[in-house]
Amino acid sequence: MKSALRDACLSAAIALGLFAPMVGLVLDNGDQGLVLRGRPIAAAVLVALVFVGRFGMHLWADRPGKEARAIRASRVVPAGVNKFVAPILLGAAIMLPLTGSRYYVDLGTLVLTYVMLGWGLNIVVGLAGLLDLGYVAFYAVGAYAYALLAETFGLGFWTCLPLAGILAAFWGVLLGFPVLRLRGDYLAIVTLAFGEIIRVLLINWVSLTHGPNGIGDIPRPTLFGLRFGMDDGDDTFAGFFGIEPQTVHRVIFLYYLIFALALLTNWVTLRLRRLPLGRAWEALREDEIACRSLGINVTNTKLTAFATGALFGGLAGAFFATRQAFVSPESFTFIESATVLAIVVLGGLGSQLGVALAALVMVGGLEMLRDLLSTIGEQMGSALFSGLAGDLPTYRMLIFGLALVVMMVLRPRGLVSGRTATAVLR
Amino acid sequence: MNLLSLRGVSTFYGAIQALRDVSLEVEEGEIVTLIGANGAGKSTLMMTVCGNPRARSGTIVYDGRDITQVPTHLIMRQRIAQAPEGRRIFGRMTVRENLVMGAEVAGHTDIAPLLDQVCDLFPRLRERLTQRGGTLSGGEQQMLAIGRALMAKPRLLLLDEPSLGLAPLVVRQIFTAIRTLNRETGLTVLLVEQNAHQALRLAHRGYVLVNGTITMAGTGAELLARPEIRAAYLEGGH
Ligand SMILES: Nc1ncnc2c1ncn2[C@@H]1O[C@H](COP(=O)(O)OP(=O)(O)OP(=O)(O)O)[C@@H](O)[C@H]1O
Ligand SMILES: [Mg+2]
Repeated sequence: MKSALRDACLSAAIALGLFAPMVGLVLDNGDQGLVLRGRPIAAAVLVALVFVGRFGMHLWADRPGKEARAIRASRVVPAGVNKFVAPILLGAAIMLPLTGSRYYVDLGTLVLTYVMLGWGLNIVVGLAGLLDLGYVAFYAVGAYAYALLAETFGLGFWTCLPLAGILAAFWGVLLGFPVLRLRGDYLAIVTLAFGEIIRVLLINWVSLTHGPNGIGDIPRPTLFGLRFGMDDGDDTFAGFFGIEPQTVHRVIFLYYLIFALALLTNWVTLRLRRLPLGRAWEALREDEIACRSLGINVTNTKLTAFATGALFGGLAGAFFATRQAFVSPESFTFIESATVLAIVVLGGLGSQLGVALAALVMVGGLEMLRDLLSTIGEQMGSALFSGLAGDLPTYRMLIFGLALVVMMVLRPRGLVSGRTATAVLR
Repeated sequence: MNLLSLRGVSTFYGAIQALRDVSLEVEEGEIVTLIGANGAGKSTLMMTVCGNPRARSGTIVYDGRDITQVPTHLIMRQRIAQAPEGRRIFGRMTVRENLVMGAEVAGHTDIAPLLDQVCDLFPRLRERLTQRGGTLSGGEQQMLAIGRALMAKPRLLLLDEPSLGLAPLVVRQIFTAIRTLNRETGLTVLLVEQNAHQALRLAHRGYVLVNGTITMAGTGAELLARPEIRAAYLEGGH
C-alpha cells in the first residue's frame, strides 16, 4: 500500500514534468505575433489522472486471487465473453439505423470501416504473426482501383468491388515476395516503407492519379440497380418504392454495406481458422522452423496471409472511395496504418471480438467523447471543455498510446485474450 | 532395401563446411543412431535430409528416389517426419491442435484414430489435449514433439536429441516408446543422441560423427564395446 502510494507520487511527478510543457502551455496567435498562454487546469487534471490511475493499477494488480487467475490464464478458454457480448454487439449494430439519427449512422459507418480494416489486418498480424506497418497501402490500392476503374471505364461499384479486392490481394503478394525471409522488426520496416511508397506514388504519378488533387465524382453504389438520388425517377430507390427521397437512405444503405463487408471479413476469417491454411498461419506465428520441419510450405502460407489481409483492405478501400465519392493521397497516411494496428493490438492479437471492441472504443468512443465535451462546453459556456473538444483530434495518438500502455499493464494479451481452439472434440 | 541413403553429402553454412563427404545408410525397420560431440554436425545432417539447408554435393536417396533437390515441404510429405532439436512445439496452440497439425500437413484426413494412437503411446498427452502447448512441462513437450511427428504416420522418423534436459525416468519412457513403435509398426528411426550409452543400446546400428565426418560405424553392441567410444562418449555418462 505504502509502496503503491510512493510509486503513484513518482508517476505523477513524471507526468507533471511531461504535461506541464506539453499540455500546460499553448502558443496562440496574439496581437503581436505568438503569445504563450498557460493552461494549468488541464495539466493538473491529467497529472491527477495519472496519480489515480497508477494507484488504482497497483490495487488492481494486488487484488486477491492472483494464483487462481494465473492458472486460468494458462488454459485455452473458449472465450466465455464471446457468448453474450458478440450477439449484443451484433444486435446493436443491426438496430442502429432504426434510431434514424444520421450522426449515429455516420459514426457507425466509420467504426465499421475500422472494424473491417482491423479484422483484415488481424489475419496478417494476429494470426500469421507478420508485423505489417503499411496496411494502409492496400486500403489505398482498393480505393484508387475503384476510383480509376470508374473514371476510366465507367464501371459501377459492384463490378469494381471484387476487382479492387483482387488488385489489392495482388499487391499483397507483390509485397510478400521481397519480405519472405524477413521477420519482426525487419519486416515492420519494409512494410512501413511499402505503405509510404504507395502514397508517394499516388502523389507523384499525376497523369494517372491526378496527384494531390485526388479523384472526384466517384459513382455511388446502387442497390440492385437502384440509385440513391434526390429526384424521384423510376430507377431511384425512393422512386421505385414510392417514398419520399431522403439523403439518409443512402447513409443507411452505406452503413449496411460496410456492415455486410465487415461480416464477410469475419466469416471468412473464422472459416479459414478452422481450415489447415488458418492453422498453418497460426503455426507460422508460433515457430517458423517447426513449420518447415512439419512440411508446411512456408512461402505459400506467408503469401496467402498477405494476400488475404490485403484483399479485405482493398474491399474496405473501395467502400471508402464510394462513400466519400472522392479520394486523395491524404487519406492514406501512416497514421491510418498505426490506428488500425493499434486497434488490432488493443483488441488482443487474433481475437475477432477484441478487434471489434477496440475499434468501437478507439474510433467511436473518441468521437462521442469529443461530442460530449463540446456539448458540455456549450451548455456551461466553459471554454475549457469546448477547447478540449476542439483539441481532441490532436490528442488522438496520445490517447491511443495511453490506451496501449494501460492495456499492457492490465491485460497484456489484449482486450479479449482467450484464444479459441480450432481443433475441437469430436 | 535401404530406406534412406546418403552418398558423399557435403553441407555448408555460407563458407563454413558442416558436413564433409558423409555416407550413411538406414534400412527399413531399423533404428540407427548418430552420436557425436557438440557441433559435430548431427543436427545439420538431419536437416540436410529434409533439404534445409540443402546438400551442396552428394546425393540423398529416400525410398528409391533422389530427394536431394526436392523442396522441403514435399520431402516431408513422403512419409518422413521430424521432431527437430529443441522441441519447437506451437506454444500458444493447444496440444490437440499441435497434434492435428502434424497429421493435416502430411495430408491425412481421418485424424481421430491417429490422435488415439499417439495418446495411447503418451497417455500424458491425452489428459492435456486442451492445454496450451507452451504450458506443458519439458518432458511433456518432448512427448508432444514426438507425437506431432508420429501423427504424420511416417515410415522414417527423424529424432534430434529427444532426451535433451529430461529426467532419466522420462528418457527411459521415451526410449521405450521408440522401441515399441519400431517393434510393433516397423517404424524406421534415425536418432541423434548425446546420451550415447542408452542410444547405442536401443539402436540396431550407429554412426559416429566427428567434425562433420563419419569416423566409425557398426552395430550398437560393437560401438559400445570400442574403447575409443567409451573414452570419448561414455565416460561418466550412462
Ligand atoms: N545456421 C547456421 N549458420 C552457421 N553455422 C551453423 C548453423 N547451424 C549450425 N552451424 C555450425 O555447424 C556446425 C554443426 O552444427 P550442428 O548443429 O549440426 O551440431 P550438432 O552436432 O547438432 O551439435 P549439438 O550436439 O550441440 O546439437 C557447428 O559448428 C555450428 O556452429
Ligand atoms: Mg544438434
